[in-house]
Amino acid sequence: MPAASDLYQEQILDHYKHPKNKGPLPGATFSARDTNPLCGDEVAFHLKVDRSQRVSDVRFEGRGCAISQASASMLTTMLKGLPLSEAEALGDDALVKKLGISLSAVRLNCALLPLHVMRLAVREKKAAST
Amino acid sequence: MAKPAKMLLNVPAIKADFPILQRKVRDRRLVYLDSAATSQKPKQVIDATTDFYSRYNANVHRAIYELGEEATREYEGAREKVAAFIGAKSPNEIVFTKSTTESLNLVAYGYGLKGKLQKGDEILGTVMEHHSNHVPWHFVKDHKGAVLKYVDVNDDGTLKMEQYDELLTKRTKIVTVALCSNVLGTINPVKEIAKRAHEVGAVCVVDAAQAAPHMPIDVQDLDADFLAFSGHKMLGPTGIGILHGKPEALEATEPLLGGGEMIREVHLGRASWNDVPYRFEGGTPNIAGAIGLGAAVDYLTNLGMESVRAHEMEITQYALDKIGRINGVTTYGPKDVKKKAGVLAFTIDNAHPHDVASILDVEGICIRSGHHCAQPLMERYDLPATARASFYVYNDLEDVDVLAAGIKKVQEVFA
Repeated sequence: MPAASDLYQEQILDHYKHPKNKGPLPGATFSARDTNPLCGDEVAFHLKVDRSQRVSDVRFEGRGCAISQASASMLTTMLKGLPLSEAEALGDDALVKKLGISLSAVRLNCALLPLHVMRLAVREKKAAST
Repeated sequence: MAKPAKMLLNVPAIKADFPILQRKVRDRRLVYLDSAATSQKPKQVIDATTDFYSRYNANVHRAIYELGEEATREYEGAREKVAAFIGAKSPNEIVFTKSTTESLNLVAYGYGLKGKLQKGDEILGTVMEHHSNHVPWHFVKDHKGAVLKYVDVNDDGTLKMEQYDELLTKRTKIVTVALCSNVLGTINPVKEIAKRAHEVGAVCVVDAAQAAPHMPIDVQDLDADFLAFSGHKMLGPTGIGILHGKPEALEATEPLLGGGEMIREVHLGRASWNDVPYRFEGGTPNIAGAIGLGAAVDYLTNLGMESVRAHEMEITQYALDKIGRINGVTTYGPKDVKKKAGVLAFTIDNAHPHDVASILDVEGICIRSGHHCAQPLMERYDLPATARASFYVYNDLEDVDVLAAGIKKVQEVFA
């Protein structure tokens, strides 16, 4: 029988209650914001990239369920220091694996929203500069 | 708190009529508290649709053979049952659609967009409407230049009736309002709203999706011009909706769907239309859906809508007392069950409604979370989302107890 603790594991709740890298990021290279229209989860992602094209700083802002907000917090920890090309190429599986929980299709949307917004930020900027 | 010894409805007997309530979810008894989204179906309804497909499936209205006549008789019989259920003068006032949404779109399109409305005419709605009673009117604004105005709600979830009086003018041609809010449970004074609308020459359109399943409706008494509701929220199948219209209102409405059934004569390039209500039922209708709806109406009529309403008032009162008094829980909408249907929106401190729904799901409890297709109302209360429990004939006080225990679990996780 599944228990509430299967979904709301210690590390998820910890990231939700004490998010890492949350807040605005002045001078960000990339920024985007999006919502999950089904549930109103909202996430903004800001990335700063240094001259060697590495993610030197990353922040998120948002409000929503524990899954979406913990996922955003965990994603920031995964991105810091990564070459931009690797950040862009980060797959859904990598984030889901990091979350370490099995998610229903609906809750998967919550979990993947931050990754979607991060990709959106990079893509929009690139589209604008070409 | 002591429970009343006996409920008004025989809930154990009712539960036994619903096959789905016999199943387990995650090894637990299914506690279904999402009837405002869709109701469960009794075996009488399931059997009626199966019976149609297995014994007399045929297209309606023009078949010359016995099967077709039986199908037509049952389909039209369902129309008569629905007419009687809401006190319509004639079955011809009942249009079958696929949903409340289609019914409201038919009015917005056929009466508003294609009908008599002129540029600058005003449509007066409320901030508590479901999206299906917002968006169709946006179309009328965008394509006809109609002006949309909205009556606000008080903090207690009731409509600002004094503001209604201010906004209602000779320019108002359509007033549209939910009889019952799908979030707050507020029962709006539609009889009074329709009366005042008529005084300025406007028609009154009522979204009764959350009301028709739960309380007696008498369209003569309400005196609205159009009234829309859905089969699937009142024990019937999905894909069958109802639009009731006064004869003169339906006559002034253009059809939304052109095709078979809705015509009198078709020539190349032109056609004349069938009579009301068939004019609005282009294409093969949802025959099984209508027949299932007829069985649902029979089921509810057997229980008695006065008893259904009294039963839900009792559960809602119990839920307000039990859930509303938990520390850290906020409930929305009227606290007086005389003004409230069996819909309880709530939030829990520090827990997002989606997480609430996920944790309750583990306990076998089905509730809804999100904006409930009422984003303007959510904005009005500055809420990103709420959880919502809703009650029906197969719920009892024990279901509320299970919910209350589930809420305690949520609070433990997010303590």
